[in-house]
Amino acid sequence: MDSLFPVTLTLNGVTATHEVSQRTTLADFLRQTVGLTATHIGCEHGVCGACTVFVDGRIARACLMFAIQAEGRDIRTLEGFAGDRRMEVLQRHFHERNALQCGFCTSGMLATAHQLLEGSPDPSREEVRESLSGNFCRCTGYHAIVDATLDAAAELNAAAVATGGEAAC
Amino acid sequence: MKAAPFDYVRVSSLDELGELAAAYGDDAQVIAGGQSLVPAMAMRMARPKLLLDLCDLPGLADIRLTPEGLEIGAMVRYFELAASPLVAAHAPLVSAAVPLIAHEAIRSRGTLGGNLAHADPASEMPAVMLALGAVITIAGSNGARRIPAAEFFIGTYETALRPGEIITAITLPAAPVGRRGAIDEVVRRSGDYAAVGAAFAIDLEGETVAGARLAFFAVCERAVLAEKAAAALCGQRLGHVDPAPVLDALAEEITPVADLHNRAETKRHLMKVLAGRLLQRLLSGEKSTHG
Ligand SMILES: Cc1cc2nc3c(=O)[nH]c(=O)nc-3n(C[C@H](O)[C@H](O)[C@H](O)COP(=O)(O)OP(=O)(O)OC[C@H]3O[C@@H](n4cnc5c(N)ncnc54)[C@H](O)[C@@H]3O)c2cc1C
Ligand code: FES
Ligand code: FES
Repeated sequence: MDSLFPVTLTLNGVTATHEVSQRTTLADFLRQTVGLTATHIGCEHGVCGACTVFVDGRIARACLMFAIQAEGRDIRTLEGFAGDRRMEVLQRHFHERNALQCGFCTSGMLATAHQLLEGSPDPSREEVRESLSGNFCRCTGYHAIVDATLDAAAELNAAAVATGGEAAC
Repeated sequence: MKAAPFDYVRVSSLDELGELAAAYGDDAQVIAGGQSLVPAMAMRMARPKLLLDLCDLPGLADIRLTPEGLEIGAMVRYFELAASPLVAAHAPLVSAAVPLIAHEAIRSRGTLGGNLAHADPASEMPAVMLALGAVITIAGSNGARRIPAAEFFIGTYETALRPGEIITAITLPAAPVGRRGAIDEVVRRSGDYAAVGAAFAIDLEGETVAGARLAFFAVCERAVLAEKAAAALCGQRLGHVDPAPVLDALAEEITPVADLHNRAETKRHLMKVLAGRLLQRLLSGEKSTHG
């Protein structure tokens, strides 16, 4: 049995101290220690993107970080996006476009798409494909996922134009 | 796939790093972005007993202009390189290389220092460093030393770093006014390691090529400069470049080595195609792409 060490981090807005063994990855910590299972684990070596979470506001592979490295960091998982408008719009369009079948890749896809739309609100199809190229989907095929992301961008932009217009009146 | 047990320390000074590295010897390993080391540990190809995390070491995450050139701290992460106006202005070839590396989530964590120390022969940055004539600053228990990138890369995953030493910074000497640069690679899927890649920095004086550093990656056991090909390019004129002698020299001086996916013959062919493409892009007309 490995010895446990304290790690203090902010997880979905709440700062708390947990006990972890040093070799526990952030992904295993999230699922097994904390019980947040939206973060999935596929390849465990950085290739598939299923474990994508936000570290200090940017997407990162939770399987390529040890939980102990998250000391003092701000971690956000999909659970922490409840009420986030961009994420809700993305989720709805994933649903509408059938952009998931088993759902194994979905949280990683959503996290990646969320960061894309934050930096690039009106991406081309090519940009969306490029940005999702590090996330594997083994059943849906990628077209529906790209379509859903573009639809979400369009809806978010239409809303932004609408509110921008109102504010100007 | 889980890493073997280890101890973990966030070092706060070079002295502390030196003491722990000396005490643990080969069993200690530094961790930067972890984007190569953590997968290696998961597969048990690396089994350090002590991980020395560089993330709190002061001064390693800065990008600044010095009299010697643009200095980039070893812990500067890829996304920071891509976002830096200083890098865009003084080393646009570095900015251009970042999107070719892995994927956004990996670029959030991976560092320039970790990339160079890892010395993957298929990696972009070692070739960019050769093309830009980078100088690498190394710190160890015997103090600091600076060595040119051309002497740093020795073989596959093999560098001039001695036990207990770390890269602290990378300096890119100021580019002459007529510098043009470009990077390109042949890749099976966006974000993968390259099948063959090239990073060129060409210095024009007026319309004439006055200097060239033509670096290749994913061709042999380390990133390499094609010096004879560069010599064959020097003296040629913008808009009238004859690629034939450059490509002939290239084929003569670099002998590609097969990897898991590509035969040496394939690499030899792709190397020439890429070189021709980059020469065309950089020297066919007036449009200047600085690097
Ligand atoms: C899916 C995937 C795709 C990838 N694709 C590419 C790609 O296309 N091109 C590419 O170039 N890379 C690619 N990488 C690797 C990535 O670029 C790594 O970030 C990089 O190789 C290592 O940098 P790091 O900061 O993550 O270092 P780490 O993984 O932390 O360390 C790597 C090695 O360097 C040593 N080290 C780290 N920092 C220092 C230092 N300052 N001084 C001395 N030694 C040090 C460590 O001890 C270790 O041996 C990919 C990785 C993944 C997971
Ligand atoms: S489980 Fe982390 S990238 Fe596949
Ligand atoms: S929905 Fe099954 S892997 Fe993508």
